Amino acid sequence: MSEPIRLTTPLSRKDVEALKIGDQVLLNGVILTGRDAAHKRMVEMLDRGEKLPVSVDGQVIYYVGPTPAKPGAVIGSAGPTTSNRMDAYAHRLMELGLRGMIGKGSRGRNVIEAMQKHGCVYFAAIGGAGALLARSIKESSVLAWPDLGTEAIHRLVVQDFPVVVINDVRGNDLYQEGRKEFDLTAKTIV
Amino acid sequence: MVRTIHVDEVVPAVAELCISANYDLNEDTIQSLKQGMEHEESSTGVAVLRQILDNAAIATEERLPMCQDTGTAVFFVEVGQDVHLEGGSLYDAINEGVRQGYKEGYLRKSICDPFTRKNTGDNTPAIVHYDVVPGDRLKITMAAKGGGSENMSSVVMLKPSDGRQGLINYIVKRAAEMGPNPCPPIVIGIGIGGNFEKAALLAKKAILRPLGEKNPDPELAALEEEILKKTNALGIGPQGMGGRTFALGVHILKHPCHIASMPLGVNIQCHANRHKDVVL
Ligand code: SF4
Repeated sequence: MSEPIRLTTPLSRKDVEALKIGDQVLLNGVILTGRDAAHKRMVEMLDRGEKLPVSVDGQVIYYVGPTPAKPGAVIGSAGPTTSNRMDAYAHRLMELGLRGMIGKGSRGRNVIEAMQKHGCVYFAAIGGAGALLARSIKESSVLAWPDLGTEAIHRLVVQDFPVVVINDVRGNDLYQEGRKEFDLTAKTIV
Repeated sequence: MVRTIHVDEVVPAVAELCISANYDLNEDTIQSLKQGMEHEESSTGVAVLRQILDNAAIATEERLPMCQDTGTAVFFVEVGQDVHLEGGSLYDAINEGVRQGYKEGYLRKSICDPFTRKNTGDNTPAIVHYDVVPGDRLKITMAAKGGGSENMSSVVMLKPSDGRQGLINYIVKRAAEMGPNPCPPIVIGIGIGGNFEKAALLAKKAILRPLGEKNPDPELAALEEEILKKTNALGIGPQGMGGRTFALGVHILKHPCHIASMPLGVNIQCHANRHKDVVL
C-alpha cells in the first residue's frame, strides 16, 4: 500500500479531485460531526429556506456519536457509524460545498452520483476502532444543537486522523473494486 | 440443598460485566484477529486488522470502550434450580447493574423507543434470556451487541427440501449483500432447526463459543468450515475493503424441528465481539 496522504481542512475541489479509491489519508484541522438527528434538522432548515448554523463549505463531516468523555478527556470512544442512514440528506450538503464525509459502509447510487457532480469524497474510518480514532481527536466542542447530546454538531480538531477513500469524485467504489480483486468465486472477465 | 443469593450481589457483578465487556476484548478474538492478519493477502486488509488490534490494546490500556456503540445489553442467565433468590426481582437487579455499569463506565446509552426514538437515558431495559439448569449457581453472561452487525442478522424459514446446500447458499448470499456494513471481520452465528424464535436464540448463543474452539459435532464442524471458506472466498475482506478475512469464524448450534420446517437464524457479530460472564 502506498504512503498515506496528509490533508488539512478546509478542502478545495482540487484537493478531493486528486484522491482515488484506496488512498489512505491522514486528516488534519477542523472537521464537523453530525449523524441522523442533526442531518434531519439541517435539511428541514434548508427546506424552510433558512441558513444553517454552521457553514459546510469546504468541510468534512464525520458521522459519529461518541461515548461520553471521561473527566479530563477530550472525547470518549469515537468511531464511525453506518453512513447509509445519511444517504437521503447527503446531497443537500454537497450542494453547499461539502467536500468530504466520513463513516462506514456502502453509500447509495444517488450519493455516489452527487459526489461526482459536486466534487465530494467519501472516506471510511475503521468501524469499531473508536478508542484508536479518539487518539487523533485533539479538541471537541459543540457548535450547534446541544439538545441533541451525542448527536449534536461538534467541531473536532483532528491530527492525522486515519481514513481510507471509498468513493472518489469519478464514481469509483472501493467496496466493489477491492472485493473484485480478491473474489475467488467470480468468473474472471479479461 | 437450597443456596440463597441476594439480588444485591447481582447489581455490581452486572455493572462490572458491562464495563469489562466493552473495555477488554477477549483473548480468543485477539488471537483470531492476529491469525487473520498473518494470512491476509490484501495490504489494506493487513493495515485494517492492525488498527483493530491496536484499538483493542488502547481500549484496555486507557480504560475506554473499544467501540463507541456500546450496544444493547443482552444477558444469558443460567439459574441453578437449587438457587433461591431473595431481596427483589432478578430482572430489576440486572437492569440496575446495566444502569450503573453504563454510567460508571462512560458507555453510550443507545436504547430508545422504536417509534418516537426517545432515548431511555440509561441503556435499559436489558434483554434477558433465562435458562433453569441443575445446580446451585447463578451464571450471568453479558453480551454488548452493536447495532451495525445486529442489523445484518435474519431469521428465515427454509424448506426442508433446501437442505444443507440451501442453507449454505442462503448464508453466502447474505454475506455478499452485507459486505462492509457489519464491520468485518465478523463471527457468523447460526441456529439451525427449532422454530422461529429458537433459531434466532441459538444463532445468538452460538456466537458465545470461543473462536478457535471446534464444534464438538463433526458434521457441524465440517459445515462451519465450508461456510467459512465460501464466505471468505467472496473477497470482501476486513471492513469490506477487499481481502481474505471477512469472517473469523462460523459457529453453529442445531436443534430438532418440525417435520414441515427448516428454520434458520443468522446472527452477525462484528469484530467488537464483546461478551463476559460471571458465576455467583
Ligand atoms: S458493528 Fe460492531 S464494531 Fe461496528 S460500530 Fe457497531 S458495535 Fe462497533
